Amino acid sequence: MATASSTTGITRTLRALLIPSLALLAALLAGAVVMILSGDDPMAAYSGLFKGAFGDGKGWARTVRKTIPFVLTGLSVALAFKVSLFNIGASGQFVMGSVFAVAVGINFEGLPVYIHLPLALLAGIAGGMLWGAIPGILKVYTGAHEVIVTIMLNYVASLFGGWTVYAGGTQGQTPGPLWDRTAGAISETPDVLHSAQIPWLFGPPYRVHYGVFLALAAAILVWWLIFKTPLGFEMRTVGHNMRAARYAGIRVNFTIILTMALAGGLAGLAGAIETLGLNHKFAPEFGGAVGFDGITVALLGQTHPIGVLLAAFMFGALDGGAATMQFESGVPADIIQIIQALVLAFVAAPLIIRMIFRLRQQTDQDAGSAVNTSWGGA
Amino acid sequence: MSKNAPVSAFHRLRRRYGNTMIVALALIVMAILVNVTPLKEQTWLRVLFGVSALNFTLRWTVPLVLGALSGILCERSGIINIGIEGMMLAGAFAGFVAKTSTNHWPLAASLIFSVVAAVAVGGLMGAVHALFSIRFRMDQIISGTVIIILALGTTSYLYNRDAIAEGKFSSIPIPGLAQIPVIGPVLFDNPPITYLALIMVAVVHLGLFYTRWGLRTRAVGEHPRAADTVGINVNRYRYINTSLGGMLAGLAGAFLVLEAVGQFQEGMTAGRGFISLAAMIFGNWNPIGALGAATLFGYTQALQNELLLAGVTQVPRQFISMLPYVVTIVAVSGLVGRVRPPAAEGKVYETEGSA
Repeated sequence: MATASSTTGITRTLRALLIPSLALLAALLAGAVVMILSGDDPMAAYSGLFKGAFGDGKGWARTVRKTIPFVLTGLSVALAFKVSLFNIGASGQFVMGSVFAVAVGINFEGLPVYIHLPLALLAGIAGGMLWGAIPGILKVYTGAHEVIVTIMLNYVASLFGGWTVYAGGTQGQTPGPLWDRTAGAISETPDVLHSAQIPWLFGPPYRVHYGVFLALAAAILVWWLIFKTPLGFEMRTVGHNMRAARYAGIRVNFTIILTMALAGGLAGLAGAIETLGLNHKFAPEFGGAVGFDGITVALLGQTHPIGVLLAAFMFGALDGGAATMQFESGVPADIIQIIQALVLAFVAAPLIIRMIFRLRQQTDQDAGSAVNTSWGGA
Repeated sequence: MSKNAPVSAFHRLRRRYGNTMIVALALIVMAILVNVTPLKEQTWLRVLFGVSALNFTLRWTVPLVLGALSGILCERSGIINIGIEGMMLAGAFAGFVAKTSTNHWPLAASLIFSVVAAVAVGGLMGAVHALFSIRFRMDQIISGTVIIILALGTTSYLYNRDAIAEGKFSSIPIPGLAQIPVIGPVLFDNPPITYLALIMVAVVHLGLFYTRWGLRTRAVGEHPRAADTVGINVNRYRYINTSLGGMLAGLAGAFLVLEAVGQFQEGMTAGRGFISLAAMIFGNWNPIGALGAATLFGYTQALQNELLLAGVTQVPRQFISMLPYVVTIVAVSGLVGRVRPPAAEGKVYETEGSA
């Protein structure tokens, strides 16, 4: 079985899909158990969930719309994983991307769309890259572990974002630089100018924008970068064995910083796309959660860009259907978070899945998702 | 030779607890100066060193030091625990649920029961983390992340917004000591979990460095193969320590709900678990060092509060609120080559021939 499957591409793909699919199934089953235990009806919940995600055109649109940021934050985490770096900072990078993109998007009136929109998107990427590069630089030069730095930067970014749109206090504190003066006491930016908005692919009520293709393009680009370029080879080498990479003459420090910056750029692009395509403005409540979900998406996708696309779609469906599920069955939408955490648990520990479904141990390694675990750096 | 002995003892103490001693001494001296002398008329000094700032500091320090102790117990045995945040949150939630369902009990009984519940659930989360890391050989950082996301999701799912916890722990002044000016009201007039947290620092310190259990724990974290060779059950020690660590994180959660705030709020740990980790690293995996680091971080939190309340600065409040997080980053960045994690940390231990 093992020898036959390694010869053809299709069976190899199927085998790669096996653990994630079973993990998803197991998580849905475990979620059902949680619902039964707390007195909810899992059948009603899951049928509501499915209806909300795929029931009609609007459901599909919702699913696709929610998939876009998951793809990009998932890619962000997956790319860092390839270099044994753990980017828990996608949510901060997402916020910085949103802020930078909106800063360009609400200014520069009169620019044509083919200049203004790319400029705003690039600004978002730059914001995310900046926020991603900081933990990379600190890791290389001071040994500070990226997990702690990225987490702290999440809080800093969220406060920074809050400041930029701050409506000013009751005691006459200065409002933030991006605050919409016409918004009264509400802390938010003005609408992004039309020339910086990502056009609708399907307009309201569907509200799906061309950002879908940006997300797809990003996935292909990351795949190409990791597997088809010398830089990607260096990244994977550093990820496998830092010492060997250094011995082989690979610029390890440069690779670490660049990877963190690129990972940040992807999460920043997610923020920019959400801001320019969907929300058309920035407010403190936008962003946040997608960063943490990026971790689960990346692992569910086995840190492979194509896998990330599929995993993001699954998460998009879960999120897209959650509201309908809550409305139709009364089950709190938070159950989705539990299911997502269980997916992460099962996919990160293939041994559990093998035990539940009584699969035989493969000889080769499962999801290669070991993170560089030493706090001291080096 | 004998003349040098006290000096070298001082040096040894300083080398081991340098950060802690300097932070503690500076705070105490400044606090006494500012609160007893006419210096207290200076708004800025009062903001920086007033009794209120010091009280806030201790209130912020307690969950941080408990979290750091939790991390120390786990990591000294070789299990990385970034899930402290989740264990704290789960503990806080369990304490809240226990409190709301025993509101009709006598207050003290209900509170103590709730603390036990919080500690138990924290310990359970620790055991799950150990199970993931040891039995299922999950990457320990991923396993910690699972714990966090699971705790966030479960507590939000089960949280009943109508439930109200009635009553929380109140201060128990220690007779005599509480009357000392400045130091008395800050250190000796606190609710019980605060005292307990400070006692736990001593307990964990003595346990780790002066008992058989501690020696074995450190051996398991530094060189599991050697520990195994002399007959120590490596994974048993890791299970026990990680569960104990979870219990301490649960106690931190209990502090938040039953002593500091009095209610549960979704995501109320707000990064304290992660700052605890930084305190653990900054304190070089040493309980007393961790207390010093936690006090430093607690102080920046308190400073943030005091600055916002006093309104003495034009700096936007969001930037003041960044202070604790930025200080944390600076602290973990300024340590190159000065701290060293347990050697076997993060690695699955397999007895020879079992793989």
